[in-house]
Amino acid sequence: MPADDVVRVHASSGTTGKPTVVAYTAHDIDVWSEVMARTLVAGDVTRRDVAHIAYGYGLFTGGLGLHYGAERVGAMVVPMSGGNTHQQIMLIQDFNATVLCCTPSYALYLAEVAGEMGVDLRETQLRVGFFGAEPWTEQMRREIQDRLGLQALDIYGLSEVVGPGVSSECVYQCGLHVAEDHFLPEVIDPQSGEPLPDGQAGELVFTSLTKEALPVIRYRTGDVTRLHREPCACGRTLVRMDKVSGRTDDMIIVRGVNVFPSQIEAVLLQVQGVEPHYVILVDRESGAMDALEVWVEVSEGVFSDKLGTLADLQRRAETEIRETLRVGARVKLVEPHRIERSMGKAKRVIDRRDVYGVKGE
Amino acid sequence: MRITQVSAFMENRPGRMLHVFNLLSEANINLVAHNIVDAADFGILHMLVDQPALAMQVLRDAGLTCRSTLVLEVTVPDEAGAFVHRVLRPLAEANVNIEYSYAYSSQCEGEARSVIKVDDLERAEQVLKGLIDG
Repeated sequence: MPADDVVRVHASSGTTGKPTVVAYTAHDIDVWSEVMARTLVAGDVTRRDVAHIAYGYGLFTGGLGLHYGAERVGAMVVPMSGGNTHQQIMLIQDFNATVLCCTPSYALYLAEVAGEMGVDLRETQLRVGFFGAEPWTEQMRREIQDRLGLQALDIYGLSEVVGPGVSSECVYQCGLHVAEDHFLPEVIDPQSGEPLPDGQAGELVFTSLTKEALPVIRYRTGDVTRLHREPCACGRTLVRMDKVSGRTDDMIIVRGVNVFPSQIEAVLLQVQGVEPHYVILVDRESGAMDALEVWVEVSEGVFSDKLGTLADLQRRAETEIRETLRVGARVKLVEPHRIERSMGKAKRVIDRRDVYGVKGE
Repeated sequence: MRITQVSAFMENRPGRMLHVFNLLSEANINLVAHNIVDAADFGILHMLVDQPALAMQVLRDAGLTCRSTLVLEVTVPDEAGAFVHRVLRPLAEANVNIEYSYAYSSQCEGEARSVIKVDDLERAEQVLKGLIDG
């Protein structure tokens, strides 16, 4: 494949702080638009719909992925991207948006902010939402459906395979139909690498069948799920996967951004110059965006009798994390041994979001 | 006069100050002066004690992060303008920066005591020679 045939790149945050870059030929974009269109059609989206897209546009695959799919269907696209929540709520009303595309936590945040503005999203035209890019639970689905008055569908994808559009739920909400004519799924035992029979939980692996710029063979997603081959009530015969139920590694997904503890560790080491003792806390209050907190123990190597020095250390760590990982985090300085004492042993990540339906702590 | 100050890192939550002072009290260490500077969720406790080395050891053994710092103890007459004329102005004119300072009571009547932490200890001592007691 000559490099000249590449028409687009996207990127996701990599494990080392350098983004993982993915490339697309014109044909890849065409396939991607097609599988995204399928995703939307499975939620009964047609050319009469107005699709409000609040996934981030840019290197992140969410915004442009949904955008191209919605245009392929012929819906009217409102390319909002993230942020500007007040304006988002105004435009959902003004354009009579029927379709909402964003992360599930942002959907709840929209409902929260709308409430503060005296707007009830259930009274808008919103009918269906396509939520993904981060793990979420059935309980969260019920909350979104209740508070926004729409049907909340789960969509799945990852940049290395294509982006969103790899699999998605239909209106029956019983598993995500995998676009297996383009992305062949397998579930393997993460230890042995051997394929597992249908219905058994293991690591999801994809082989791309039609991709040109960045084909993948048995790409290990790190996501845990099961495959089912019985036909769905909607009539689709494509293999279905369960909502992702966990990770095989320590990666956490915060506001659609992949975060590895090793990245945070590298930043802290660079900022304070000594081996950090830290723990990462992820929390999701109802109606709020995922909050990332990094607790760093203050050892004698970094302690200063001057407040400014410590406050500066805290600020620099926050800035570096934001710039390296592209996700905001609050850095909190804590006393030594505080982490072990209150959190149990040397656990690096405390995820309180209950994102896989099992409490982490 | 140069003296050793002990500083400890504390999270800003109930009971932390009690914890530190209690450790010192149990080791029979007398606290001469203290001062806290605080940021949003943590603070730094500065202490003058009668046995700084023992205090450091007690606090470290309890798992606290602490350090000792040389600071200047200055004693001036307890009267208006004494601190300004004998300490602050001479240091400012010599371009010595005061990073932080706190006052405490003196055992002797007619005296006022303060601690100053400066960026250039030797220069500060030269400047203040003869102007302050001790």
